[in-house]
Amino acid sequence: MKIKKGKLLIDQHDKNFMYGGKFGGNFIPETLKKPIDDLTKLFAKLRKDKKFLKERDEYFKSYIGSPTPFIKLENLTDYLKGAQIYAKVVSEANGGAHKIYNATVHCLIAKKAGKKFIVGDTGAGYAGKMLSMAAKKFGLKCKIFMGAKDIKRQRPNVEAIKKNGATIIPVITGSQTLVDAVSECMRYWVSNCDTTHMCVGSTVGPNIFIKICAWSTAQISRELFKQVEDEFGKIPKKIKLLNCVGGGSSAIGFWNEFMDTDAEFVGIEAGGPKNSDLHAAPLTNGSKIGILHGAAQYVIQDKEGQIGSTESISAGLDYPGISPLHCFLKDTKRARYTSANDEEALKAYQLVSKLENISPSLEPSHAFHEAIRLAPKLKSSDVIIVNSCGDSIKDKDIIKQKLGSYKR
Amino acid sequence: MNSKIAKTFENCRRKKRAALITYTVAGDNTKNNSLKILNAISKNADILELGFPHNTPIADGGQIQESSHRALRNGIKLKDVFQIVKKFKIFNPNKPLILMGYFNLIYQSGESNFLKKCKDAGVDGLIIVDLPYPENKKFSIKCKKKSIDFIQLVSPTTSHDRMKKIIRDSHGMIYYISMLSTTGGKLKVTPKKILENYNKIKSINRSKNIVIGFGITDKTISALKKADGLVVGSQLCKTITNSLKKRLNAAKVLNKMVYKLKKKII
Repeated sequence: MKIKKGKLLIDQHDKNFMYGGKFGGNFIPETLKKPIDDLTKLFAKLRKDKKFLKERDEYFKSYIGSPTPFIKLENLTDYLKGAQIYAKVVSEANGGAHKIYNATVHCLIAKKAGKKFIVGDTGAGYAGKMLSMAAKKFGLKCKIFMGAKDIKRQRPNVEAIKKNGATIIPVITGSQTLVDAVSECMRYWVSNCDTTHMCVGSTVGPNIFIKICAWSTAQISRELFKQVEDEFGKIPKKIKLLNCVGGGSSAIGFWNEFMDTDAEFVGIEAGGPKNSDLHAAPLTNGSKIGILHGAAQYVIQDKEGQIGSTESISAGLDYPGISPLHCFLKDTKRARYTSANDEEALKAYQLVSKLENISPSLEPSHAFHEAIRLAPKLKSSDVIIVNSCGDSIKDKDIIKQKLGSYKR
Repeated sequence: MNSKIAKTFENCRRKKRAALITYTVAGDNTKNNSLKILNAISKNADILELGFPHNTPIADGGQIQESSHRALRNGIKLKDVFQIVKKFKIFNPNKPLILMGYFNLIYQSGESNFLKKCKDAGVDGLIIVDLPYPENKKFSIKCKKKSIDFIQLVSPTTSHDRMKKIIRDSHGMIYYISMLSTTGGKLKVTPKKILENYNKIKSINRSKNIVIGFGITDKTISALKKADGLVVGSQLCKTITNSLKKRLNAAKVLNKMVYKLKKKII
């Protein structure tokens, strides 16, 4: 299994839409074959359409606020006395997280497809918040599927979704988290695919959704590549790009433009509570390949193939599967994956928000833990960049409960 | 040689009636009870579909999800599913039985291993919800080699060209999904329109047996009785749920219900 140079990662699949012959594909009910086929054709056309690209870039700039800042974390670097630590503050994007890229592009596509309704899933609530925001902007009626457990623990985003005029459909089946929200959203689409566009919130699901999402979040590394060149004159030899991974959309976007460089990619999964067997880290813990939400991937499951339970303090990473693109990057050894547990993520959040002027949500705090662990072992010529892809405000209830107080 | 499924359709055709196909979930609500249900309803059902439950189904509505979760909560495993089939077949060797479910369970068992177990238990056909054409080509050939019918699905979104290809590669039965819906949705298309679509598919190759499923209940079944076969699933699962709530004998209640359904299509 090999990654081809000079070719976009999302396009490195075979005729069955499988990456490395093993990951991805379209394991979908017959009813969705045609809508997915139509969407695939439309997207293939649009991504070559200069007018569409111009429109996208304009929205990225004026609506999302591109480029997001790239800053050196001077205090954290001084404190750890090792590698230089930087952050790409994607949480400065409109809405407070990277999910806005995918949401905006999906709304643009829905408009081109002549659809008036859009539906999407959400875990941490960011994908839902952004989709509801973008839907409002583009005049689309929006429904968001969200697990009942997540509705309780991500209240600020739930309120934002409602304020944007979208309907929240609480999902009460199974674990009542992201995995069930995605299933329920897909079921809804099966019944309404003639009138409704579906946005999958991460780089998971049938191939076309992986493609659209990764193509959208790639904006992060397009900006970063220039920012790194401006800062260092060229792309440094020893540079590590650290990103949390749940479904994997921010990491893919963060790494895309650096694929053919020497940059080292480290993905950090959610290890779950310290003293629990439950986690959301299929790559770190050697889960087997299985089919989830229409795609083959490493997925937490039992011997028979029933999808396993997960647990993580961060709703955005609380997913039993992982993007087929990350499975491909792991097996080709282009990226390496590790995990941070709930306690480690919380500590990292505390340290970063104490020393620096940023306040990462619990998802990127997993990646910050790895940065804090690695930095003292490295030289000052080494560069670590963390994608700070979400803002802690959405986690204020959890942080208050765990640490006694929350300041922003 | 024709499969048991194909022979059943021939018999029904001779009697000038549609085949009645039922769907229940293996292990709902226990191993023994689901076997009792199969035995009871097989008197009036022509073909039995038996679901092997998955906990992340992307095309099932509420009723079937509830049945699946109930079976899984009671610890149903694949080996139990095959045991149910085997025991059923001892007393009903000629009644066709089709297993229906999601691909991940087959993927984890290994395709060949899964098919061997199907063969040993006496399974006549397979419906895999998330393995569409043409991705299912290799697997469907493997099925045929084991004399197991791979049941292709077609839906209102399937294009005419695609339909022709699917029908060409199909075995003893083709499943037409009546409308854009998960299982158990309310029939949102008129029976007339459904039959129109059905006839279009039928005209591609009249020798193929085409059944209609999704949204079929005792209320809607008689209007569709011109089809080769009709599948009732969610209504049966719902009836099991209700019988459990009322502490009634589910096998008896289901037997009555299937009898009633049968009478409506004769």
